[in-house]
Amino acid sequence: MLNPADGPLVSMRGITKAYPGVIANDAVSLDLQAGEIHALLGENGAGKSTLVKVLYGLLQPDTGEVLWRGEHAKLRSPSDARNLGIAMVFQHFSLFESLTVVENIALGMAVSANDSLRTRIREVSSRYGLPLDPDRDVFSLSVGERQRIEIVRCLLQEPQLLIMDEPTSVLTPQEVSELFVTLKRLASEGVGILYISHKLDEIRELCDVATILRGGKNVATALPKQESAASLAALMIGEDVQPVVRVDNPKTGDPLFALNKLDVPAKTRQSLALQDLSLVVHAGEIVGIAGVAGNGQDELLSAIAGEVPVQPDEMIWLKGESVAGWTAGQRRSFGLCAVPEERLGHAAVPSMSLAENALLTGFHRQPLQRAGLIAMSRCKRSANQIIDTFSVQCHGTGSAASSLSGGNLQKFVVGREILQSPDVLVVSQPTWGVDAGAAAAIHKALQSLVKEGAAVLLISQDLDELMAITDRIGALCAGRLSNFYSTPSIDAQQVGQLMGGKTALDGVA
Amino acid sequence: MIHLQRRANPSKLMGYLAPVIALAMTLLAGFLLFALLGVPVGEAFRAYFIDPISDSYGLAELGVKAAPLIMIAAALSLGFRAGVWNIGAEGQLILGGICGGAVALYFYEVESAFVLPLMCLAGVIGGMAWAAIPALLRTTVNANEILTSLMLTYVASLLLSFLVHGPMRDPDGFNFPESRLFHDAATLPLVLPGTRLHIGAPIAIFIALAAWILLSRTLLGFALRVNGNAPRAARHTGFSQAKLVWFSLLFTGAVAGLAGLFEVAGPIGQLNPVISPGYGFTAIIVAFLGRLHPIGVIFAGLIMALSYLGGETAQITLNMPLAVTGVFQGMLLFFLLAADVLIHYRVVFGRERHYVR
Repeated sequence: MLNPADGPLVSMRGITKAYPGVIANDAVSLDLQAGEIHALLGENGAGKSTLVKVLYGLLQPDTGEVLWRGEHAKLRSPSDARNLGIAMVFQHFSLFESLTVVENIALGMAVSANDSLRTRIREVSSRYGLPLDPDRDVFSLSVGERQRIEIVRCLLQEPQLLIMDEPTSVLTPQEVSELFVTLKRLASEGVGILYISHKLDEIRELCDVATILRGGKNVATALPKQESAASLAALMIGEDVQPVVRVDNPKTGDPLFALNKLDVPAKTRQSLALQDLSLVVHAGEIVGIAGVAGNGQDELLSAIAGEVPVQPDEMIWLKGESVAGWTAGQRRSFGLCAVPEERLGHAAVPSMSLAENALLTGFHRQPLQRAGLIAMSRCKRSANQIIDTFSVQCHGTGSAASSLSGGNLQKFVVGREILQSPDVLVVSQPTWGVDAGAAAAIHKALQSLVKEGAAVLLISQDLDELMAITDRIGALCAGRLSNFYSTPSIDAQQVGQLMGGKTALDGVA
Repeated sequence: MIHLQRRANPSKLMGYLAPVIALAMTLLAGFLLFALLGVPVGEAFRAYFIDPISDSYGLAELGVKAAPLIMIAAALSLGFRAGVWNIGAEGQLILGGICGGAVALYFYEVESAFVLPLMCLAGVIGGMAWAAIPALLRTTVNANEILTSLMLTYVASLLLSFLVHGPMRDPDGFNFPESRLFHDAATLPLVLPGTRLHIGAPIAIFIALAAWILLSRTLLGFALRVNGNAPRAARHTGFSQAKLVWFSLLFTGAVAGLAGLFEVAGPIGQLNPVISPGYGFTAIIVAFLGRLHPIGVIFAGLIMALSYLGGETAQITLNMPLAVTGVFQGMLLFFLLAADVLIHYRVVFGRERHYVR
């Protein structure tokens, strides 16, 4: 670390940004030293994104200023920020799948994809331990490798401040520790890092300082290495987090949902074929499917929800009926609800209001129409019920889905399906990018749903989540399913083996 | 170097103001054009916008021109909201005219109240059949409906030309390429006696209102909007994309076919080689000028109808070429699209290293 007496690298002073009905940032201040890894911690809707967007020039604050090395910085656009030496790795990547690594990087920098760029990419990637082959096609890369492209793209600009928005939510434990080595290396060279995350253990391991936001205000600046995860969480949500309690179901009921040798051919070069998938989910149990993203999770959810037709008929069973030939709407009406991983554009329509998004999947199972016309008042009531039950932070049922923070929208789309009291609920990555408080609420809701006799199939990359709430667990790797095991009988390490492509564990029943 | 940079928060207000701004810019550019041609600006303005609608006959003519624009644009709005780009309403209009006209000619001697409803039905079916071709190609072999529907317009136009030069030509018509004049039982009732304003005008308003209710209050309209905004979400909840494509195209085809029948059974009264001054294409501009909202389309339709009338008056009183109409419509679309681009992007001057984000 550099000498703090030099003054902070960047200093945000009294940043206030108000939207109609809500103050996203209320006089927030933050000082970040060169060579410091600084955590920005807070619940969804606490104002983290707004603050970072101000720093990256995407938003103009109502009042307050940003000082860069002690001088007033004009940040009217991201290019102003980049000219100062601020770079950002976003949670969602913007890569062209059909192009190579070097082509993607060249596009982003408006230079040509020549050998000198290849050499620079190799230099940067070997120097910071980010193995990356410039000539690989992006569609063939894992999520972790894609993130490396984004990081390398930033590092080629030789930034002095690197902003990382929830970088580990898509990585395997192995990839996370590699990333931390890189970040520590960067910090030791004097680069300031602003690290946004809600994973408290990571922050305690990695970060020097943490600024904690709650309801748009600074509530504390803490030294994470001297705090416990529980004390950080308490600062973040203002109350002690209730850890999810494992509820072991003594007995489960009848089989409600089954896949019987499901085969789905790959539709495009980028998608995977699903091969020979069989599983059964009983009433009263949560069955987990682990796996690194991109191993067929999307394809599986589409096939189960009925987005793609499946032949022949006997491959998907719901409450004793063969439903493979049914449409998505018929399956919903009969009791199968699903929550896809992608919130915007798949689970919800970004530009539509929450009331309309409640209608989107709600009309199959709820009386949201009157005399053939949409009853908007009923849709609003339904949306309000979701908002109240799952404490979704928004400006009411008229808010556009895209105006909600990721975690709040996630609570809304999961809540929307749970409140329809489905017999079978299939959820994909329900707590992806969601903070601890919201994740706990979603987990509790899933547990109470199965207590009432529903069956839940949970597709997730988050091992902690799977180990905490599932009754049985298996893994999806390259479009094939492993055997399923009772969750208490195996440990995370063994699930890791299944995720890596093993179909059966030695010595486990 | 000049380039466009995406705005973080496009203004909603400007979205609604864009048509007004585009109209103002069109007027400004139009006056500049007139001034360059040596026509006094005041006179041009009078000829274009005041004279055509200064008496009841002029107002009725406005209704005659606006009716097909409004009904077709209202139907197009539904499809455009759903992401189905039917560019061939002109061809569907022509087929509606041909089929409805064929019924009129077949029952040439019959003086029955059933002739006109039968003609309307034939017009609707003709338009739908023509629109069914791109729908079939899109849903079976995924052929782009923009291209297929547009190309079919030229086929329709040549088919009409062939028919009025051949099988449907008036036997007593001295070889002019036009059909017999329809009998009274085969022409539309007038709304205002002494003018050409026919029953199609109130029907057009009715269609726009119906389209509004369909779009905003029914599950079908909701499905169309979801499909246009987030196709994956539409698939997820079980809205069939193929059905929405079929509906969008068939509905527009039906309405365009009816509009075509209204033209031949109304103001024209017979089949001739050109039964529409491009209503099917102009309706695309009307739909966007009306912000793809069936009610906005009513106002936009009146404005574009005025551009047809103004062009004619300017031709007569100021000796301007008829192309003035096309220039006016083209400029309006140009400025509207430019305004829409500027709502979503800002123009950045000067050279800078810029990145995708």
